[in-house]
Amino acid sequence: MSAENGTRSYKLEVWRQARGASSGRMVVYQVNGIDQNMSFLEMFDRLNEDLLRRGEDPVAIDSDCREGICGTCGVCIDGRPHGPLPNVTTCSLRMREFPDGSTIVVEPFRADAFPVVKDLVIDRSAFDRVVTKGGFISVNAGQAPEANGLPVPKDAAEAAMDSAACIGCGACVAACPNASAALFTSARIRYLSLLPQGQPERTSRVLGMVEQMDAEGFGDCSNHGECEAACPKGISIENIAKMRREYLRASLRAG
Amino acid sequence: MNAPALREIDVQDDLESRVPDGPIQTKWERHRFDMKLVNPANKRKYTIIVVGTGLAGGSAAASLGELGYNVLNFCIHDSPRRAHSVAAQGGINAAKNYTNDGDSVWRLFYDTIKGGDFRAREGNVHRLAELSVSIIDQCVAQGVPFARDYGGLLANRSFGGAQVSRTFYARGQTGQQLLLGAYGSLMRQVNSGRVKMFPRREMLDLVLVDGHARGIVCRNLVDGRIESYAADAVVVATGGYSTAYFLSTNAVNSNATAIWRCHKRGAYFANPCFMQIHPTCIPQQGEGQSKLTLMSESLRNDGRIWVPKKAGDARSAQEIPEDDRDYFLERIYPAFGNLVPRDVASRAAKRMCDEGLGVGSTKRAVYLDFADAIGRLGENTVRERYGNLFDMYHEITAENPYRTPMQIYPAPHYTMGGLWVDYNLMSTIPGLHVIGEANFSDHGANRLGASALMQGLADGYFILPYTIGNYLAGVAPGKVSTDHPAFGEAEGATRGRVAKLLSMKGKRTARELHWQLGRVLWDHCGMERSGPGLLSTIEKIRELRAEFWSNVRVEGSGEDLNQALEYAGRVADYFELGELIALDALARDESCGCHLRVEHQSPEGEPIRDDEDFAYVAAWEWKGEGSRHALHRERLAFDNVHLAVRNYK
Repeated sequence: MSAENGTRSYKLEVWRQARGASSGRMVVYQVNGIDQNMSFLEMFDRLNEDLLRRGEDPVAIDSDCREGICGTCGVCIDGRPHGPLPNVTTCSLRMREFPDGSTIVVEPFRADAFPVVKDLVIDRSAFDRVVTKGGFISVNAGQAPEANGLPVPKDAAEAAMDSAACIGCGACVAACPNASAALFTSARIRYLSLLPQGQPERTSRVLGMVEQMDAEGFGDCSNHGECEAACPKGISIENIAKMRREYLRASLRAG
Repeated sequence: MNAPALREIDVQDDLESRVPDGPIQTKWERHRFDMKLVNPANKRKYTIIVVGTGLAGGSAAASLGELGYNVLNFCIHDSPRRAHSVAAQGGINAAKNYTNDGDSVWRLFYDTIKGGDFRAREGNVHRLAELSVSIIDQCVAQGVPFARDYGGLLANRSFGGAQVSRTFYARGQTGQQLLLGAYGSLMRQVNSGRVKMFPRREMLDLVLVDGHARGIVCRNLVDGRIESYAADAVVVATGGYSTAYFLSTNAVNSNATAIWRCHKRGAYFANPCFMQIHPTCIPQQGEGQSKLTLMSESLRNDGRIWVPKKAGDARSAQEIPEDDRDYFLERIYPAFGNLVPRDVASRAAKRMCDEGLGVGSTKRAVYLDFADAIGRLGENTVRERYGNLFDMYHEITAENPYRTPMQIYPAPHYTMGGLWVDYNLMSTIPGLHVIGEANFSDHGANRLGASALMQGLADGYFILPYTIGNYLAGVAPGKVSTDHPAFGEAEGATRGRVAKLLSMKGKRTARELHWQLGRVLWDHCGMERSGPGLLSTIEKIRELRAEFWSNVRVEGSGEDLNQALEYAGRVADYFELGELIALDALARDESCGCHLRVEHQSPEGEPIRDDEDFAYVAAWEWKGEGSRHALHRERLAFDNVHLAVRNYK
């Protein structure tokens, strides 16, 4: 399969699903001339250019920043959300990770709460709706006190930043056998609960967000830990434990 | 204006900035008092469209909702949290003077005017510096996890073009954290019902009724429906247009279509050739590359930039001893060293590579070396400061920057140019307000690092919410609906354009043609521009545009999620915009900031300004298909900062 100029070739098995269709199917494509420094999505760009030239409908696939921070991209590659490497998003994955001539299976992130829009594009608006139920600190522009008037211990600020680093890609949901959104939801709850600014709404936040998470059709967490393994930003499953404590505390208070 | 292409351009000095008179320190305060107000009970009668959900659009939509307006907020992404502000790495400036190193509002104002090489408006820039302190307060109150010292107070670092440490940061993800702060506020307003979100919508036209902006036409990117929305005012916050150059640090969906549609409806486009080329990006690795990745300017706090002293030195970086290295920024600019402004650093790197001193496989790269910092601070401290950036570099290049120096090269990153706005951030179309990178207002011919986040949030949280009231107070609310024939006309034009793109069935893809356009712009309208080069560029772009409109191939249906169609529509606009970029660069027959005309440079390659003839904002008016743009000049006055040659030595 190997071309003489050092480029690589792959067989892709790609999920194709028409918009509005309840089901789809795997379609096989051959891609050639792939430079090992190309990203996974640049390899898809090449495939889609080939399809356009052949008069076929290109594969719908979402991406934007292509540097691992916006959370737009994300597909299951050989059954793993964002592919084989830990702490790497789909867009940051390079083709040097895939041996020449290999077969790569590409599917959308699958979950009832993330319906497929078309091909590899999914609807993750459920995440936004979870955030609307308290994933913020209520402060209008203009109301803020002097920034250094409220010291935040460095270790709390660092731990808050660890949780706040979530990019909202949904890999945690796709990896979970229950399609739970516990890692996503808990990361935001924990981040805000660690900060003094987050205290006034601590109780209503966890109750509201958890209720919405359940209403969206995400499954329950049963401590598989797949979410943490799939997370491209290294968000710890410890967040889920903390969310449970927050929830218990809030339930007793709201009792 | 001697070139034939310029002789027939209609030029007028008729633009009024509406910056208030009086001492600069109190302009904004007095203006806030002078502006008309909409009383709290009446605000809910007004509807405002905000296009974009980045730092400017997201903060504006949230703040307008908080004030009680009805807000319709649109974005092309699946969620407002994806806007490209999310990718800003290094930090946000504010004149807090927490480091006790002599910072002040006046110094931030001065640094920004000087950094912009005296091509920004003094009144706007002073207001920005004043508001910088409130932004930090606001973001901290929202819970943005800025870096802190052991006492729990906020930490700062340094950025280019300044000799004080005034940059606030959240590791290498400052943009993400600020955006999530604004996004949280926005989601709170969505929950309250004041803001209605419209994700996966692309604005394809602006609708004017009796000369005022009263709505937009969008394409629903999921099902392809063409939709109209009416309002009492429109705010456009859709970012910059670096993607015209094909390879840039911007996201692949960042585009110029919304601002270009506004331009074609009558909004003047200001300083289109002011394009920031960022010095520290990962060099291009191959033809299939879709974008370039920035390595934050914050790395220049501790990284040292160098090339071998001898051209053709084949040794690896580690094998080259100190005596054979040229730390060229430290040598040429001892006062600012590695922290000179971006335009200065980019040009210096280019000159080194032009002289054959470049490194790496393509010889179009210079080293950014952390060995000294790791020796001085230890690897752990360096990891704490820049860990995620080092990881990103490793993912892309498979090299370990803790062991071998990074290789970097300049790349298109940010556009100082954009739609012209007055002091109220209103364009030349009444009711159309433009904020953030989409406008031209504050950065002159070169933006300083950590100032984009500051401007986006100043516009959205603290300027537009006041100034839009001044406009709305003169408007009777809710008078226009989408039944007005102007909406039908705009929808019809949009449908016609979509149909035309789908019907050509040519032989070239939009991506190929975009790549060619980017190459032409980069070669002749990048870090160096010349009269003859720009003239040939205009001709070349016209040829590419003609080829696009006769030979492009877009597959699929207009009534479906069709990313090839979305992309082709954006590329079509880049050809028109690209020609205007080149025309503006040709008409500005001086050098300033990022804009280096080879005809006007010192023997060391520094830009030579011509303040007598060119101390103006060049605002271009669209005169219709096939007609020449007209030029409207807004003269810039420097009453507070003395016009001088920038000196970073």
